[in-house]
Amino acid sequence: MKPEEITIKAQARAAEQQAYAFRLFCCDSTGCISSGAISIQDALNEELAAAGAAEKVEVVPTGCMGLCSLGPLIRVSRQGTSEDVLFKEVTVDSARTLIKDYIAPQLNGGVPELGELAKFILPLDIPFFKKQIKIVLANAGLVDPERLDDYLARDGYVAASKVLTSMSPDQVLAEIRDSGLRGRGGAGFPTATKWGIARNAVGDNKIIICNGDEGDPGAYMDRCVLESDPHAVIEGMMIGAFAMGANQGIFYIRAEYPLAVERVEKAIKDARKAGLLGKAILGTSFNFDCEIRLGAGAFVCGEETALIASIEGKRGTPRPRPPFPAIKGLWNQPTCINNVETLANIARIIIKGGKWYASMGTEKSKGTKVFALTGKLKNSGLVEVPMGMTLREVVFDVGGGSGSGTPIKAIQTGGPSGGLIPAEHFDTPISYEHLQQLGSIMGSGGLIVMDEDDSVVDIARFYLDFTVDESCGKCAPCRIGGKQLLLLLDKIREGKGSEADVTMIKRVALAMQKGSLCGLGQTAPNPVLSGLRYFREEFDERLNCKDGAKGGCSCGHDSPCKAN
Amino acid sequence: MSTNDQPAAPAKPVLAQPAAPGKPAAPSDQTAIIAKRWRAKRGSLIMALHEVQETYGYVPRDVALKLAPQIGVPVARIYEVLTFYNYFKTSAPGKFVVSVCTGTACHLKGSGDILANFSAQLGCKEGESTTDKLWHLQGVRCIGCCGIAPAVIVNGKVFGKLKPADVGDVIDKVLTADAAAAKV
Repeated sequence: MKPEEITIKAQARAAEQQAYAFRLFCCDSTGCISSGAISIQDALNEELAAAGAAEKVEVVPTGCMGLCSLGPLIRVSRQGTSEDVLFKEVTVDSARTLIKDYIAPQLNGGVPELGELAKFILPLDIPFFKKQIKIVLANAGLVDPERLDDYLARDGYVAASKVLTSMSPDQVLAEIRDSGLRGRGGAGFPTATKWGIARNAVGDNKIIICNGDEGDPGAYMDRCVLESDPHAVIEGMMIGAFAMGANQGIFYIRAEYPLAVERVEKAIKDARKAGLLGKAILGTSFNFDCEIRLGAGAFVCGEETALIASIEGKRGTPRPRPPFPAIKGLWNQPTCINNVETLANIARIIIKGGKWYASMGTEKSKGTKVFALTGKLKNSGLVEVPMGMTLREVVFDVGGGSGSGTPIKAIQTGGPSGGLIPAEHFDTPISYEHLQQLGSIMGSGGLIVMDEDDSVVDIARFYLDFTVDESCGKCAPCRIGGKQLLLLLDKIREGKGSEADVTMIKRVALAMQKGSLCGLGQTAPNPVLSGLRYFREEFDERLNCKDGAKGGCSCGHDSPCKAN
Repeated sequence: MSTNDQPAAPAKPVLAQPAAPGKPAAPSDQTAIIAKRWRAKRGSLIMALHEVQETYGYVPRDVALKLAPQIGVPVARIYEVLTFYNYFKTSAPGKFVVSVCTGTACHLKGSGDILANFSAQLGCKEGESTTDKLWHLQGVRCIGCCGIAPAVIVNGKVFGKLKPADVGDVIDKVLTADAAAAKV
C-alpha cells in the first residue's frame, strides 16, 4: 500500500458510511455480549430485512461504549444530523421495536413513535459523557474493530504514514517528549525517555512489546482498548518501533481475554494483507511486523523482566535490574515494553501535535487517563478523563455517586499495589504525583469505589491474599513477608490481635518494600498500610473486640469471628 | 497416512493419493502437529501448551511426555511452566467449567456468596470437580467484566449481575443449552 491509497480507501469507506440513512452502533464488547448483544444484532438485521431496509441501515458491531452497567447499548446515528440517540439495556424485543417503530417510520418520511422505547433512551448530555475527553477511546464504540477500513475512515494509519514518509526518529521522539506522555501501566515513566534509551542501545534486533497482561483485579481498560480499537495500538507500536529502530513487535496478552486476542489477531492479519505490516511499509525502507504471545495467568508477568521470561517460554519470575530491558531484554536484545493505553495515545499525538496533548492535565501529568470505574457506584464502566480532574468529579459526576444509597467511604486505585483514598481527600486532582502523596498510586486505571458497608480490614486482606497467591516465590521478602502479613492480618480480623501485631505489620511491610526484587513485593503492603493510615479505627475495633472469638463483636462487619 | 476418521471409499484408497505438491501429508496425531507448528519458534513452549490445552481441555501427562522430545524441551521444564501458571490444568476438568470471578469489583458485590452457592448446589468444593465429572468449579482472577459484576463464566459464556439466588438458574440454563445443542 502507498500513502495515497490510505486516503483513497478511507474516503471510499466514508462515502459508503454516508450512503446509509442510519447507522446503528451496537456495543459488541465482552460485557454487552454477555447481556445478549449478539442476539440483539441478529434481531436488528432480521427486522431490517423484513422491512426491506437492509440497504439503508447499517448495523455496526463496535467496541466498548463505556457505560457497561447499563448495557447492551445501541447508538443510533442518523445521516445528516449530529444528534445521536443512545438506547440502554436493550433487549431482543426492544431491538425489534426500535426498527419497527423508530427507524422504519423515519425511512418512510414519517415521524417515529417512541412509545415504550422512550424509557430506554439514555441522554448523551449526562455528566457521565459530558465530562469525558476521549483520545484513547476516541474510536471505541464508533468503529467496527474487525474492519480495517472503518479505522482508516477515522484517520487510521495517517500518523504512521506521516512518521514513515516525512519524519526522522528524532522528530518523533521530540513530538512525544513535547506531549509529556508518561507510561500508563502505572509507574508513569516518560515514554519519550524510554524510547530514547532503546534508540541509543546497541543491538541488531530491537523489540517493542505491548504489555496487555492486565492482571489487576478490577481493571479492564486494556481489554477494552484491544477489543475496541486494535489498529490504534498496532499503529502506536509501529511508530514506537520506527522511533527506536525496532523491526519486531510482540503483543503479550492475557489468555483470559479471548475476544481481545481474536481481534488483535485479525487486525494484524488485515494490516499485513494491506501492506501496513511487513517489508517496505508504505513504500519506505521501514520493515516491521508483530505477533501475539499469550500469558497464562500469572499477575507477576505484568512486571517487565517477568514478562520477558514468560515470552521466552519460562516461568515468569523477575530478575534484578540493571541491566534494564531497554539495554538487555528479550533474547538479550534491547527491548521496550509499553502499556496498551500508552501506545493507543501515540497516533493522536502525532496527528494533533505534542503541544495539543500537553495542553491537558497538570504540570507533570499530561493528557487523559482511562479508568475502569467499578464497585459501589451508579455508573460502572470505562471512562476517560483529563488528568487534573478531581476524584470527586470522577466518582460523583461521571460515576453518578453511590449506587446503593449508602454513603461512599473511599476509593482504591492501583489495585493490589495501590492504596485507599478516603472521601475527605476526594478534592485531590488526578495526577501521578498527587495520588502518590496520598499513599496510593495511579496504577493502570482500576478505580474501585467502596461504601460504608465495606470493611477496610476485609479489603486489605483481599488484596494481600491476592499478592501472596501471586508471589512467584523467587525472593524471600515477598514470599515470606507476604505470608506473615497475611497471618498477622487474619489474627487481627479474628479479634485475636494486639497492638504488637500492628507494629509487626509495619516492620514486615518495611522489609518487603526495601528488600523485594520487583514491584509486586515492594508494593504488596500498600493496601494494608493505607488502611492503617486512614481507617485505623476499623483495625482498632477488631483489636478491642475481646469477645471476638465468641462472636460478640459489635463492629458491624461480616467478619470471620461472627461465624464462630 | 489418512488424517480422516471416516473410512475411505474402497475405490479411492487414501494411501494411494499423492500429497499436494509442496505440501507433505499432515502427521496423524495432534501432538506432532502442535510440536511442528511451534518447534522452530524460540520460546514458544507456552504457546504450544495453550494449544494442547485447547485440544484436550487440559494438558494430559502422556501428551506432555510426547511433546517434550518433539519440541526439544525437557519434561522437567514443561512441568516447571505448567505448575507455575494458573491457567494450565494438569487433570481433566468437568464437562462444564464454572469460573466464578473473584476480582475486586465482584468481591465487593458478593462473589463469595455466589461461589458458596455453586459449591452447595453442585456438591463440590472450589477447585474440584463433581464426582460424575460433569461440573468443575473454580474461583478465577479478574475476568475484566467489572461493569457487570458479579460475573461468572461457564464454558466461555459470561453471566453478569448475578445474585446468589440466580445460581440455580445459571445451572439450569447451561444444562438446557447443552441439551438443545445435543439435539442439533
